[in-house]
Amino acid sequence: MSAPVDSQILGHFGPYGGRFVPEALIAALDELTLAHETALNDPAFQKELADLHRTYTGRPSIITEAKRFAEHAGGARILLKREDLNHTGSHKINNVLGQALLTKRMGKKRIIAETGAGQHGVAAATAAALMGLECVVYMGEEDTKRQSLNVARMKLLGAEVVPVTQGSKTLKDAINEAMRDWVTNVETTHYLLGTVAGPHPFPTMVRDFHRIIGVEAREQCLDLVGRLPDAVLACVGGGSNAIGIFHPFIEDKNVRLIGLEAGGRGIESGLHAATITGGTPGVLHGTRSYVLQDENGQTLESHSISAGLDYPGVGPEHAYLHDIGRAEYRAITDDEAMYAFSLLSKTEGIIPAIETAHALAGAMQVGNELGSDAVLLINLSGRGDKDVQTAAAYFGIPL
Amino acid sequence: MSTPLDDLFVKTRKENRAALIGFLPAGFPTQSGSISVLTAMVHGGCDAIEIGFPYSDPVMDGPIIQAASDQSLKQGTGAKEVFATVRAIAALAPTVVMTYWNPIERYGVKKFLDSMKENGGSGAVTPDLTIEESSQWIEETKKLDSNRIFVVAPSTSDERLKKVAEASTGFIYAASLMGVTGTRASVSTGAQTLVDRIRRVTDKPVAVGLGVSTPEQAHEVARYADGVIVGSAFIRLLQESKSEEEGINKVKDLAIALAQGMKRS
Ligand SMILES: Cc1ncc(COP(=O)(O)O)c(C=O)c1O
Repeated sequence: MSAPVDSQILGHFGPYGGRFVPEALIAALDELTLAHETALNDPAFQKELADLHRTYTGRPSIITEAKRFAEHAGGARILLKREDLNHTGSHKINNVLGQALLTKRMGKKRIIAETGAGQHGVAAATAAALMGLECVVYMGEEDTKRQSLNVARMKLLGAEVVPVTQGSKTLKDAINEAMRDWVTNVETTHYLLGTVAGPHPFPTMVRDFHRIIGVEAREQCLDLVGRLPDAVLACVGGGSNAIGIFHPFIEDKNVRLIGLEAGGRGIESGLHAATITGGTPGVLHGTRSYVLQDENGQTLESHSISAGLDYPGVGPEHAYLHDIGRAEYRAITDDEAMYAFSLLSKTEGIIPAIETAHALAGAMQVGNELGSDAVLLINLSGRGDKDVQTAAAYFGIPL
Repeated sequence: MSTPLDDLFVKTRKENRAALIGFLPAGFPTQSGSISVLTAMVHGGCDAIEIGFPYSDPVMDGPIIQAASDQSLKQGTGAKEVFATVRAIAALAPTVVMTYWNPIERYGVKKFLDSMKENGGSGAVTPDLTIEESSQWIEETKKLDSNRIFVVAPSTSDERLKKVAEASTGFIYAASLMGVTGTRASVSTGAQTLVDRIRRVTDKPVAVGLGVSTPEQAHEVARYADGVIVGSAFIRLLQESKSEEEGINKVKDLAIALAQGMKRS
């Protein structure tokens, strides 16, 4: 692997991260890096974003203690950080509002976004509507069929949805197509990437916009139980909700950070999206990280019951946290996730997103390992309304 | 030590003409077919050949090359087939591989360059390798005298142009426009401006690619560039032909027509 020239400037996390992109994008990435760094230190920007979060997103999001669910998790105390209660129903809004504000600051009037399940697309279309930006969302043709409700939602919000027919017609190809649009229209357009992957500055910038989850939750946990949690758990697709809640705890060495990847039908089956658990280091979509790939470096198709985790890459900071042993990553199968999905719905009256259900299944495992003295903080990254069809089909509920 | 590609530009500069560089993904339309097509390109007048390493996520490529790469990948093209193609074509003309970075990293940087050398290839074009990420690449290509061809774009700052030009050998690939590969109705006026800007920082050869498809366009570019790169136009002919034979004949005819425009006078 190439040694980083200057890890600060280039967004390296150990050997991971960096920029593997056409030269045409470098000027825009530099502009974005500067805009992000300036905004971080600009009280006016921070106030504008904080006001939006208070009056529009609905922050701070609350903590709910899941006492009945905890009986199935070794009796450990289970604290749910309720990102599902945010406007648009998931953590995704934290990032899109931040990036949309930056777009305006850079004087650009058009945003493009990729989406798999449609959650990020809906969030991006929402931010665009709020701020008067033109919005085009690239979505794999397969996904537009599977998630037709979210396609309609984006259209109602005034966005254009472009079905992507190339390659495997899923999220990874939607990202390719968004990058091609960006290379062509970079002067007028901001690529509002939806997770902590992609070339620098995206992994750092998107993390910074989601850190608020962990910052709030750390305080809330101290208030509620008088100490830090034993473990913080989150599902990992690209890794944005996970890094958002992990990051403020990284220096708290006694707090375990546990990411739950989509194990699909099981790692052995080859049908999964557990990039760190089952992948190898490589380059995809502009960054070096773990990748699901074959011996020729071709990206493999991922599989998961959860569209939001169905991605063959993962954010580079997770790859680094894994390699240095600061965070652990486990794979949760479709069946384990759906069991936890049903359990949370029936014990707490909260229907989680299927993505989030992977984190809940992880909490059941870890709770049983650590026992009733443990305190577990779980990022409830999204609500399950979007998944009713998938869940009904899975559980055999006629619609 | 110079590579066959280096020698080519010494020669074409003496002859006061540009070099015609033809592009095709390895394994397209088939493994044996790709060798026949590339051979026809050389026989028609291509001075050098760029062989694409088909990749699952080609973000720099438009629909024509994407479709060709997909077809090739479905037939199982990998490093072995790419280097077999290099071996066959390097015997006829200076040959480079154009590849996204991940296939090189996966194969192993040193091993990739060893295979390149063994099969007579001059080097590689790396469209998504930024100079910031290329320290190992630069080190290993130096050891093996392999050409490092980086791509620059109209948006590249003068300061970066200088750095990229310094890091490049063989030629500097000037992307004619902000966009992806494909055929275009005209060559962007930005191309000449970019080449002029590169000339101010280096005397290394500069080749222009992206959107050059007709003999008229190629001739126009040949006036100011050392090399003219044509890919999608050849591939489209193959995609539109009813038989491989028909496609190969059309490719050769296009190469002949393009080659005529390489002279500057
Ligand atoms: C509710 C929810 N959680 C998690 C994810 C996965 O993304 P990430 O790993 O970036 O948080 C998604 C993506 O669509 C989502 O909708």
